[in-house]
Amino acid sequence: MSNERPALLVLADGTTFHGRAFGADTERAGEVVFNTAMTGYQEIATDPSYAGQIVCMTYPHIGNYGVNDEDDEARRPWIEGMVVRDLSESASNFRSTQELDGWFKDHGLVGIEGIDTRKLTRRIRIDGAVNGVLSSVDLDPASLRAKAEALPSMQGQDLVKRVTCNESYEWREGWPAPWMKRDGNGERAARRIVALDFGVKRNILRSLVAHGLEPTVVPADTPAEDILAQEPEGVFLSNGPGDPAAVTYAVDTIRGLLGKVPIFGICLGHQLLALAGGATTSKLKFGHRGANHPIRDHATGKIEITSQNHGFVVDEESLGGTAFQPTHTNLNDMTNAGIASEEHKAFGVQYHPEAAPGPHDAAHLFERFRGMIEGGSATVTP
Amino acid sequence: MPRRDDVHKILILGSGPIVIGQAAEFDYSGTQACKALREEGYEVVLVNSNPATIMTDPETADRTYVEPVTAEVATRVIEAERPDALLPTMGGQTGLNVAMELHEKGVLEKYGVTILGADPDVIKKAENRLDFREAMVKIGLDLPRSAVVNTFAEARDVRDDIGLPCVIRPSFTLGGTGGGIAWNVDEFDDICRRGLDLSPVSEILIEESIYGWKEFELEVMRDVADNVVIICGIENIDPMGVHTGDSITVAPIQTLTDREYQLMRDSAIKVIREIGVETGGSNIQFAVDPATGRQVVIEMNPRVSRSSALASKATGFAIAKIAAKLAVGYTLDELSNDITQKTKACFEPTIDYVVTKVPRFNFEKFPEAKAVLTTQMKSVGEGMAIGRTFRESLQKALRSLETGRFGFGCDAKEAQSELYEKEELRRRLQTPGPNRIFRIREALKSGWTVESLQSHTQIDPWFLTQMKLLVDREEDLRAHKTLTDVSDDLLRRAKQDGYSDHQIGTIFGLPEAEVRAQRRARDIEPAYKLVDTCAGEFEAATPYYYSTYDEEDELRPAAKDRIVILGGGPNRIGQGIEFDYCCVQASFALRDAGYETVMVNSNPETVSTDYDTSDVLFFEPLTAEHVLDIIERTDAKGVIVQYGGQTPLNLARQLEEGGAPIIGTSPESIDLADDRQRFKDLVDEYDLRQTENGTATSYDEAVAIARKVGYPVLVRPSYVLGGRAMEIVYDDETLKRYIEEAVDASPEKPILVDRFLEGAIEVDVDAVADGQKAIISGIMEHIEEAGVHSGDSTCTLPHYSLGDRAIAEIRESTMKLARALDVRGLMNVQYAVKDDVVYLIEVNPRASRTVPFVSKATGVQWARVAARVMAGEKLADLDVPESIDLPFFSVKEPVFPFNRFPGTDIVLGPEMRSTGEVMGIDRDLGLAFAKAKLGAFLSLPREGAIFISVKDADKRGIIHVARRLAALGYDIVSTAGTHRLLTRSGVPAEMIYKIADGRRPNVLDIVKNRKVNMIINTPSGRGARTDEGQIRGVAAMLAIPCITTMSGADALAHALESYRSDALGVKPLQDYHAELRADAALA
Repeated sequence: MSNERPALLVLADGTTFHGRAFGADTERAGEVVFNTAMTGYQEIATDPSYAGQIVCMTYPHIGNYGVNDEDDEARRPWIEGMVVRDLSESASNFRSTQELDGWFKDHGLVGIEGIDTRKLTRRIRIDGAVNGVLSSVDLDPASLRAKAEALPSMQGQDLVKRVTCNESYEWREGWPAPWMKRDGNGERAARRIVALDFGVKRNILRSLVAHGLEPTVVPADTPAEDILAQEPEGVFLSNGPGDPAAVTYAVDTIRGLLGKVPIFGICLGHQLLALAGGATTSKLKFGHRGANHPIRDHATGKIEITSQNHGFVVDEESLGGTAFQPTHTNLNDMTNAGIASEEHKAFGVQYHPEAAPGPHDAAHLFERFRGMIEGGSATVTP
Repeated sequence: MPRRDDVHKILILGSGPIVIGQAAEFDYSGTQACKALREEGYEVVLVNSNPATIMTDPETADRTYVEPVTAEVATRVIEAERPDALLPTMGGQTGLNVAMELHEKGVLEKYGVTILGADPDVIKKAENRLDFREAMVKIGLDLPRSAVVNTFAEARDVRDDIGLPCVIRPSFTLGGTGGGIAWNVDEFDDICRRGLDLSPVSEILIEESIYGWKEFELEVMRDVADNVVIICGIENIDPMGVHTGDSITVAPIQTLTDREYQLMRDSAIKVIREIGVETGGSNIQFAVDPATGRQVVIEMNPRVSRSSALASKATGFAIAKIAAKLAVGYTLDELSNDITQKTKACFEPTIDYVVTKVPRFNFEKFPEAKAVLTTQMKSVGEGMAIGRTFRESLQKALRSLETGRFGFGCDAKEAQSELYEKEELRRRLQTPGPNRIFRIREALKSGWTVESLQSHTQIDPWFLTQMKLLVDREEDLRAHKTLTDVSDDLLRRAKQDGYSDHQIGTIFGLPEAEVRAQRRARDIEPAYKLVDTCAGEFEAATPYYYSTYDEEDELRPAAKDRIVILGGGPNRIGQGIEFDYCCVQASFALRDAGYETVMVNSNPETVSTDYDTSDVLFFEPLTAEHVLDIIERTDAKGVIVQYGGQTPLNLARQLEEGGAPIIGTSPESIDLADDRQRFKDLVDEYDLRQTENGTATSYDEAVAIARKVGYPVLVRPSYVLGGRAMEIVYDDETLKRYIEEAVDASPEKPILVDRFLEGAIEVDVDAVADGQKAIISGIMEHIEEAGVHSGDSTCTLPHYSLGDRAIAEIRESTMKLARALDVRGLMNVQYAVKDDVVYLIEVNPRASRTVPFVSKATGVQWARVAARVMAGEKLADLDVPESIDLPFFSVKEPVFPFNRFPGTDIVLGPEMRSTGEVMGIDRDLGLAFAKAKLGAFLSLPREGAIFISVKDADKRGIIHVARRLAALGYDIVSTAGTHRLLTRSGVPAEMIYKIADGRRPNVLDIVKNRKVNMIINTPSGRGARTDEGQIRGVAAMLAIPCITTMSGADALAHALESYRSDALGVKPLQDYHAELRADAALA
């Protein structure tokens, strides 16, 4: 107890949580959201889609299995901070290389532990997403509240430019360890694709490779003509943070690609695809973040349990009159979870078939993408 | 997909009596299944021999056959009811095995009965080791190296390939009966032989030892559209090598990364698809090598199980209910999530707390057996607790067990426990036993490192570190002189770590009440949080709560007056499902009477902890601290302590002092009944008769009393249930030994010494009283003589041999006692009748073990009646029959766990050892006996050999019994003494050598070779090492019926006479009860 440091999390509405700091001594601000996955804190911390957000983990014990070299979803953590009920001081796992606290310190990340995370979660559920400041350096609630109030809303924010790559690169890596390999796809002819990086997760790139798709990852502002000039067999639109409506340049790009090349979008990529197709998006009250969301595929009636991480959603009614049809529904709140256009050979899903963290039920969508590139349907996995 | 319309009437098979490995969880699942199917408009026919269940309440199913769960009986029921379908997955291994037998015998086909959920091929594929293995290999899953063999020679052949140590598991046995780990060639031979013997198909699996690997379980559900979801992941703290039922287990999984967890999830989904469980739940077990992460599949249960009940309580997802609905054709996305009501059942629960289950053992009742945990389950119950951290939930779970523990040490019990010297401690850490968790604490306290503990126990260091944190917290507290010196922050964090007021009091030398007062003065109070399946993402409609020391409280205000019902905690011998039955009935009755009912219990197996049972459920340990907090926070108008067995009664005093509004019979009266001296005064005042007795606090006092009243004497500690440490003593020396042990068993409590009436008939009387009036609900006559614990006796209702005078006196005494103790609610009185003289043995002004049995036999829900009386209503207003003439006999027969405790002598005595009971009903007493025997899974051969050996005192009596048995065509076999007696009396008998004769084949040989179908042996000596002790032990292991009392032998003869002459008829409870009502109307 002797080396404990106090930390505060203060929300814009003045709600204050007194806890203990872990990681670096610093202050970070952002939208406070919660994730209900019971495993996968390392993947969540490094998922670029969480840029600008402080993530509250609803599962109380975090850090149990430490961190390892294989589970990073990007070259660095992107969350602004993490809120946990009980940080594990020890790490137990055969792959663990470091404890979470040390890893946070190494990356200059701050976390708060020892607070009633369920209270925070319920506050977000009842009142909606809220901005907040997490600090182990300024311990004055009034001062932190003022800073939280001054933060801009997530709505209208283009956070993609913060997380996208500066220059394009080739990705050829598959699963980091043989035991992680899934879905026997065997050796197949490689298909060259371009992946627009709005904050792409590594497991998406690995999943593409595992399906024989070889991505060239390009910055988010790459114009359509540059992409088409590479003559890709398909274009992948990645996940990413922030408000899709603010990423107007990407919408323009996608509009320029529609109908010219098969397109697959995940999460933000799916939202941008919808916007490019003429639909609209809006902000959810508190978003979907977890690994247990049921999705129904309209074509088969089958349900998949999926990993999700989004605060915005495609307005399903706005699809009317576009070339896109709704293809998937989130059974928890019946919001749109997928769209497709056979005409444009394009489809997108709001959730994460690459998992990491989360179930693999939807992993077949990468095969659907490949199938579409090879002339198949945008709504059926071969 | 809509539900099936081609099916109208569905047969459900229950699991029968409570045995080790098959307990109250099947009452919970079965009751849910019945409710779920009736809700859908199906007619439900149930077969279950266990009267203590809610499942066999006449309201739960449409047609309730309280008959043996055997293929023979199920066939009769099918003939009578002609169901369209059978749901085989709700009655544990018993129900599944009977379903398979019905299929194999062609009964299902003959009567056009469809199997729902999983067809026989699927069940076989999941249960047959070889088939399962093949299936796993086919889908590319890793398994331990293994071989399946059917003979001992085959076993020897594969031994070297697989290597030692290896695990041996017999096929198709309950809870792994007969399995074990072989470390050397001798053990290998022993376990293989036993396993081959016990497996009904003479088949065992011999497997690479993965002893010490991490063990996990996933609860999986699948619907007819092939949607699959994982309901819950469970991690076992005790690694592979300890049966999961005997392990401390935790939900969710704590030490797997998401990648590893998802790999396991993928495997589980592949398994359920490949095995082909069409709809419903399955439990799949995995082992993980901690060094490399290698995952192997261990086994699958294609049915609801103990783990699925635990998972349901741990997550709030009602697996059995949903499984029943899936079985009739619904898909997961068509069913709603009860708890949120807005979302669908097609999702995976996520939780924001930690659930810990700790097994409850009763090794003290089987002192001859080794208190060592193996792959064969030995625990008799379990406690579960919910906390926001593992530390909190572990401590809460440990104090749920009611073993005198208030958490992870720091309690009065610890202060009395001996410390082990280094080598012994090391041994106890290496060998899993029932109290290993406290040895871990002892080691931590004496400076062992987590690393060294891990290498001794193979327990994952994460759990050990959490345990160390608890010890560290204790040190933080101990660093202060007094509690007042402890900061608010530290005290709150100690509470968050699950430290109870009792433990904190122990640290600072303060009474619990003082700690409570100080804590509350500092405003450190529990918050109640909801179990909601979704970690707060959606609003929960269901009021299912646990306490923790977090900030926000989610308790909703009461809509009506609340009454709190205190449950019975973990099942153990002496306190079983009967008390849960009573608590559930109280909840139903009081809800009907317009109250909001609040249930408090810590047993995950039960119906009482189904969030559907009461208006509010608190899943909490039954300790004064937790209960007082709940009573206060719920603003309860009444508290019922008389229904949950000894558990809540033990709290009554503390609760009353804490201001709890206890309703019903006053705790004062309950105490009076337990206080020997005061009770004696009352007996005198009301002119009742007791055997001579006295109360002793030392050996000298005890001897003085014993000599005064005359040996033999019955001795026991006061304030115990289930005859713990009760014994019949014949001389000073045994009395001395007893006092030394008993004082240890129950400190600070005096010893009761009673003259023991040899050869008396024991009578159990249940009654209900309202302060003005008392009604006797049942007078039960025991078959075994007084001296055998009432819970271990077979009894009949109505009585069959008592004279009118004795009955009249029993009635009168009972009425007097009801008045004397001002009973408001249930009471139970035990009498001994000798030579037509009635002696009062004891009175318990509370719910007794016999309440559900009597309710089923008489067609009146006595526990409901009494609950309403406790809430203030009068018997006169409740439409209760004053007396009921029973035109049929109900027999209650106990079931024993002897086969789990090799080396135990099975002779019955005053210490209760049965785990459960069955009921046999028939117009004919003999058939009722026979049904009870069959219900207890004792095979009643229609022909064959009966071995008879009785003590001298019984020699005369046995002639008549033997003659009747011989007349029925049984071959009587006996050793020299009995043989001489029988042949002289003209009873044909064959002679066999005693073991002591030194000549072969002896009696043990023919028993082992199953040349004997039944044994009648009244013991002249007790102890597993005596000749007869060995015979009884072998009989128990081979499930050969062994009768150890003369009265039992007489009842057996009666049963066989009826059983051989008459066909076994079946009749549902509803018809019996209709008959009673018709009789009453005529009268």
